Amino acid sequence: MTIQFNEETFRDDYSFRNSDWAIRRFPFPFHEDSYMYSVNMEQHQGGPEESVYEKRFDVDEHYVAEMQDRALVLAEDPLRCQSLPHMTLAGWDTLELIMVSKSEDSPDLFELHRDGDRWRWINKPMGIDHTFTFLDETTLPCGPLEYITRQAQGDFAVLDQRGDMLYMDAGMVTTQADWSLDFDIGMDFFEWHAPVPLANEMGIFKRALKFLLNVRQGSPARRLNWTMTVNPLLDTSPENYHKWGVQKSSLTPANIGAKQHLRVELQTFYRLPRSNGLLFPIRCYLIAFQDLVTIPKWGRRLHRVVRDLPEELADYKGFIANRPLMLDYLGQYDDGLPTSPGVWPDLETEPPLQT
Amino acid sequence: MSAAPQKTKAGAEKIDVTVSAVVPLNELVTRFEFRRTDGRPFPPFSAGAHTVVEMNDDGRTRLNPYSLMSDPADTSTYAISVRRDDQGRGGSLYLHTHVGVGDRLTLSYPVNLFPLDLRGRKHVFLAGGIGITPFMAMIAHLDRMGGAWELHYACRSKALGTYAEDLMQAHPTRAHVYYDDQNQRIALEDLLDGQPLGTHVYVCGPKGMIDWVHTTAAAHGWPDENVHSEEFLAPQPGTPFEVYLSRSDITIQVGESESLLEAIERCGVDAPFLCRGGACGQCETDVVEAEGTFEHRDHWLDDDEHASGKKIMPCVSRFDGKKLVLDR
Repeated sequence: MTIQFNEETFRDDYSFRNSDWAIRRFPFPFHEDSYMYSVNMEQHQGGPEESVYEKRFDVDEHYVAEMQDRALVLAEDPLRCQSLPHMTLAGWDTLELIMVSKSEDSPDLFELHRDGDRWRWINKPMGIDHTFTFLDETTLPCGPLEYITRQAQGDFAVLDQRGDMLYMDAGMVTTQADWSLDFDIGMDFFEWHAPVPLANEMGIFKRALKFLLNVRQGSPARRLNWTMTVNPLLDTSPENYHKWGVQKSSLTPANIGAKQHLRVELQTFYRLPRSNGLLFPIRCYLIAFQDLVTIPKWGRRLHRVVRDLPEELADYKGFIANRPLMLDYLGQYDDGLPTSPGVWPDLETEPPLQT
Repeated sequence: MSAAPQKTKAGAEKIDVTVSAVVPLNELVTRFEFRRTDGRPFPPFSAGAHTVVEMNDDGRTRLNPYSLMSDPADTSTYAISVRRDDQGRGGSLYLHTHVGVGDRLTLSYPVNLFPLDLRGRKHVFLAGGIGITPFMAMIAHLDRMGGAWELHYACRSKALGTYAEDLMQAHPTRAHVYYDDQNQRIALEDLLDGQPLGTHVYVCGPKGMIDWVHTTAAAHGWPDENVHSEEFLAPQPGTPFEVYLSRSDITIQVGESESLLEAIERCGVDAPFLCRGGACGQCETDVVEAEGTFEHRDHWLDDDEHASGKKIMPCVSRFDGKKLVLDR
């Protein structure tokens, strides 16, 4: 399909909206009526047509607006994009992976023409047509990582792999769920995960690290993560907590359907071929509760998940104070009927809400 | 999550190649060059990476890992240099005696268990014999990126000095070669003494050489993180033994010249693997029950795990005893 790019904002007047198409393809993260951590990895080798899993880098109706929001964040805070000196090659790896993937997967939007190291990159939605020399930084307006991730939705952590450990040595992070690249830069895998409750005791990180160290070239992997965000904010960073944290107390029974969003991250993992680094794209999808409950199965299930989530997790994900309000709202969309297994909407087979 | 669940075969993502050149380098070593059979460029790789070469030896599948020694920037060709091992289980012998230009083989995607530390201000390479191969790719990479390096390469004799003459000619001030039969030795202690801060040392060669470099560097106060090594273990032949795979509910026989992993694969059981050399950890398997002695040969499990009898790395390790049951 041809994508109509939305004119919308993720700040001030919050004009962000999901079309019906975007609602149906939303990456709903709960495959059953409850949630607990797991190393829920699977291969990232495509998925059903039109789903967010289909392409290596999903491009949707929010693309242009998200890139405008990223430019605003960077203008205020250039430290959202950093790359330690030894990570430049991994930056070129990232540029190559994204340009090759997007031009192959979405040829109607992106073109890449390569003649040896002379590359011409065309990004139609953003009106870019640029010729440069691969591996020559002087031919780009900024570093390779910043250049390409100003044109790709989602955050990007670029990890160096040394001696059976991963290090957060570069990244572009403007759409994050309350973590800071500037704080984490240079940390190892266990250090940057230290704030996460329960998971360490469960041995999750040890197993996850083992898995990630073995992610192979040609065999990318993916998983989902989720949290809650009041108002469709992309930039929920610790740096700006004073701006968005207070908004969490603006919820009322009248506005919760529109203001409260489920925030889902599609996390993918790629071995970078030239640097042997690991690219960790974290793509953020937002959906308002009032849109989510238009899928009856999702309305029923989200109510049960939020209701039964352990205290520590509701606290860590930052919505424990609003949980009663959420349950009052979501409870209206849970008639107690069983739900079908798996994450898909199943609109044809799941019964409408019984009232 | 299993949003769109897919079962991907262990060791999937392979590349079909056609042999484009076979170049004997000396009595023991031959270089094999490959092109992709589909005509497309190879994926780029990082210097130090290896590929697993899949050979069909008269109905029997052989999978041997070899360092990629071609220029990582050259996506038209992959090359490996193979030392003939007359005592081994036959993979290298098969390549030397059966594989010629135009033949088809299958390669795994590159995997790097011996990468350059890209923070290094200088890289010192220590090679013994066929251990020169990963350094060929590293040198090509650093020359392109303008990195500082030097090579110290020990080989048996001039006649067996694979690439020694080429390297000295191309890099007269950086490549140093030592011939055993002329009693030339790497002056390791002096070498380690004179290096600037931020130097990394890499060693690839026989086990004795690797241990020597680690011990000497440690004694000279080098941090462990700055000393890197790669030793490819070839699975060793051994006494045949029997294994019961509990999840698959079959009993298999492991022959004298095949590895446990190869026997598992031969019987149609899907098992994960990556390096096939006891280093990566991918094929780690739980032992359900055992009466006998393990012959652990891997670098992955620690001493406690070896002693526990609860885990085995089937790519290189064997078993001698009455009964072995594995969770596979």
